[in-house]
Amino acid sequence: MKRRGFLAVLGAGFVAGCNKFADSDAGSKLLGAAEKWHKNAHEFLMDRKALAPEFPRSAISPFFRGNGSVDPQNGDYPAQAEAGFADWRLEVRGLVEHPLSLSLENIRKLPQRTQVTRHDCVEGWSAIGEWTGPQLSLLLDTAKLRPEAKYIVFRCADNLNGQDYYESVDLIDAYHPQTIVAHELNGEPLPIRNGAPLRMRIERQLGYKHAKYLTAIEAVASLDDIAGGKGGYWEDRAGYQWYAGI
Amino acid sequence: MKRHALSTRLWHWLNLFCVVVLFMSGLTISNAHRLLYWGDWGFSRQQAWLEVPRFPDWMTIPGYYSLAVARDWHILIAWPFALGLLFMWAAMLLNRHFKRDIATSKREWRWSNIKRDIVQHLKLDFDHGDGKYNFLQKLAYGLVLGVFLPMMVFTGMAISPGLEPLLGWLVDLLGGRQSARSLHFIFAFAIFGFFIVHLALVILAGPFRQIRDMITGGRIDEA
Repeated sequence: MKRRGFLAVLGAGFVAGCNKFADSDAGSKLLGAAEKWHKNAHEFLMDRKALAPEFPRSAISPFFRGNGSVDPQNGDYPAQAEAGFADWRLEVRGLVEHPLSLSLENIRKLPQRTQVTRHDCVEGWSAIGEWTGPQLSLLLDTAKLRPEAKYIVFRCADNLNGQDYYESVDLIDAYHPQTIVAHELNGEPLPIRNGAPLRMRIERQLGYKHAKYLTAIEAVASLDDIAGGKGGYWEDRAGYQWYAGI
Repeated sequence: MKRHALSTRLWHWLNLFCVVVLFMSGLTISNAHRLLYWGDWGFSRQQAWLEVPRFPDWMTIPGYYSLAVARDWHILIAWPFALGLLFMWAAMLLNRHFKRDIATSKREWRWSNIKRDIVQHLKLDFDHGDGKYNFLQKLAYGLVLGVFLPMMVFTGMAISPGLEPLLGWLVDLLGGRQSARSLHFIFAFAIFGFFIVHLALVILAGPFRQIRDMITGGRIDEA
């Protein structure tokens, strides 16, 4: 008997069955529901403010890998980089009482949080770095969220494969104490590959949530009408889970 | 008396399905970053202790490269896998299957006994030993149920960033997140190894009766 051939046929049949299930209405609903079960379980098991582990400075990895966009060439980003991001503005807008437009100088003058955390990419690798910046909660409280606001969207300067990068989180992660708008990595201004001049740190989720090259923070009631409607660049493009705490 | 309790049979087939889906979707996830590290961090060849080969598409779920779809399957089937294992342990302790058939006595760990057992396995003589299972069987089932399968759950939870505030101690115990990821991979292949040996022995010991009994429960001859 040709065992290899038999196994390959058995395997192919099994995979075909799985894919047929995944493509069915019930199947895709179930696969999508698992993400919510994990999210609910995490919220049931832990306080919403529970902190991700922080490391001593000695644990910092000697290099912090960049992924996705590592050197944006679109729009005025190259010119801004050339000028040392002197005219960079961060807007806080959407469903807020007092929209803000902040310079890097404004952001550096706010109370800062410094944290040494581990960054986990969805692909599987990890790096450890020290991040510094104001807590997102401070910006949101200053701008004062309207009661309809349910999600915070992060707008980015980089255009990847023809689409503008963006990400979003719910208010639990937006108000998490370790969610900061970082402008420093290991005590230096952010390198371009890591999101200069500003990036988000969403420490309880995977790397693709940590939006880089941040230009605006937008409070919204629903994610449906933004880009592909799934709440983020990779979510729209490849179907990655919106809740990336798994 | 039935040879296999209903709880054992239900779990056996549920677990087979779960392990196959988790393993095949896991191979896709491995293809996303084929380097394994020890410690908390690692992101390039310089830190890797192993570069895993790329697994061909026909071995994987969904059968083409999609990290997102593979992750969807992996995190869905993780639920019946982990809860099923919990159920099996509760059932095994309650119906005394563990104590009666799997737990070993000190006597069985004597080298003379182990040697005899190995020799008899090599002679393909499977009807030996006092109880239901001989020493090597007890050892294999004990390892799979008590170490390999639970370690898949624990190392899997340790890799999940959302669980870290709760399970930081577990991540430290395992030697850091990248160590947990390496162990997840190692135990997955330990289970694959068990699967191959288990399948081979079922085929050698009479596959029809073995598979039938794991479905209907079979019967123990009281002779």
